[in-house]
Amino acid sequence: METAIEVRDLVVQRGARTVLDGFSCAIPRGTVTGLLGPSGSGKTTLMRAIVGVQIIASGTVTVLGHPAGSTPLRSRIGYLTQAPSVYADLTVAENARYFASLYRLDAAAADAAVDAVGLTAARGQLVANLSGGQRSRASLACAIVSRPEVLILDEPTVGQDPVLRDELWDHFRRLAADGTTVLVSSHVMDEANRCDRLLLIRGGALIADDTPAAVKRAAGTDDLDQAFLTLIRRQEEVATA
Amino acid sequence: MILVSTVKRILSQLRHDPRTIAMIIVVPTLLITLMYFMYEGQPRVFDRIALTMLGVFPFIVMFLITSIAMLRERTTGTLERLFTTPVGKLDLLFGYGIAFGLAATAQAAVAAGFAYWALDMTTAGGIGLVILIAVANAVLGVALGLLCSAFARTEFQAVQFMPLVVAPQLLLCGLFVPRDDMAGWLQAISNVLPMSYSVEALTEVGMHAEPTGIMWRDLTVVVGAIVVALVLGAATLRRRTA
Repeated sequence: METAIEVRDLVVQRGARTVLDGFSCAIPRGTVTGLLGPSGSGKTTLMRAIVGVQIIASGTVTVLGHPAGSTPLRSRIGYLTQAPSVYADLTVAENARYFASLYRLDAAAADAAVDAVGLTAARGQLVANLSGGQRSRASLACAIVSRPEVLILDEPTVGQDPVLRDELWDHFRRLAADGTTVLVSSHVMDEANRCDRLLLIRGGALIADDTPAAVKRAAGTDDLDQAFLTLIRRQEEVATA
Repeated sequence: MILVSTVKRILSQLRHDPRTIAMIIVVPTLLITLMYFMYEGQPRVFDRIALTMLGVFPFIVMFLITSIAMLRERTTGTLERLFTTPVGKLDLLFGYGIAFGLAATAQAAVAAGFAYWALDMTTAGGIGLVILIAVANAVLGVALGLLCSAFARTEFQAVQFMPLVVAPQLLLCGLFVPRDDMAGWLQAISNVLPMSYSVEALTEVGMHAEPTGIMWRDLTVVVGAIVVALVLGAATLRRRTA
């Protein structure tokens, strides 16, 4: 399968801390890949490196054959930051239309994105007056508005109603079926089962990179939470041995 | 056009904030009215001070608004996200410059109109030149605000930049002590502060019916300072951060 994102020997330092130390992975095109790991494990830093806003110490990040953050990628990549990065003093529709205009798209594209995240009824409301979950979906609308080939989503389903969460995952699956490469970070393990592939990351190191079924098989359990724990323990034993 | 939609976006944000609009439009007019009563019976003094203030207020207001607005872009993550899109640094810098410049034009027109027609302010030159210089000063405030926001991490810090950037320019611009009467080293400082030139340009309009060479030179210096501040501001906008 064709590779959409390739990370090789990536080292990122933030302050005195080395967040990613020689991290490598490859993400195939047209898949939903789950990036799982505890808070502080380097998920956001990896995503920032892929979208090209993170200063890196060494290594390479290649997206669709171009260096991460290079000009040709800017119209082909969508990024949802963990904290909703939309203008609180604009309405949902105004936010989506502004981000659409950056890709030279019209209001119809913006409205379609607002519909896709289930905010049709709230489109005229100021983002400041929305609930946390709605705000996060407004931000998601701005990330998908350009129908990017690569979509990087940092915890898109946090705080969402279970029904909506299910709908959002259906949406991600549809995007992948249409050829979009989706990278989703999460720490909810039941969402991990809906991914084509999983990247398990802890302390800036890759613990597993496989399909959910293979990860569970490797750990000898049917529960992903348990599988994650087993893999970490196994790695620690190797490290101390 | 990304620049046009950025200008529209910033103006829409302003439109959703009627209190800020009211402050932008009304506050300078109120303060000039206050001065009118302070200097009642001394129309010459009022003319001079009100004319200077017509240049100073837009500078202060736009400096504050811009530094907070830009700081918000940085702290809420919208700036980081914008840098993953095809937006250019200049789209942002000029977007803010043009949007807030338009707001400043409304502000200066209302304040100057009120000073001339309601408070009997008189100048030898025309109101159009006064507004032109006031708007140039406002855009200077926008450019310096964009630059200073890079050095503030919080809104608390951003507000502290106002006395640092505004007060010395106000004290040394010739309003309180004529520049020629200042000690040499103070004059030297005054000479490198852009507001000294906008105040001198306004004074020229106050004294001469036709635009003078000094006025055009001063205005050119102010425009030059705007360009320098914008270029430095662009240098502080980094697509990649630590």
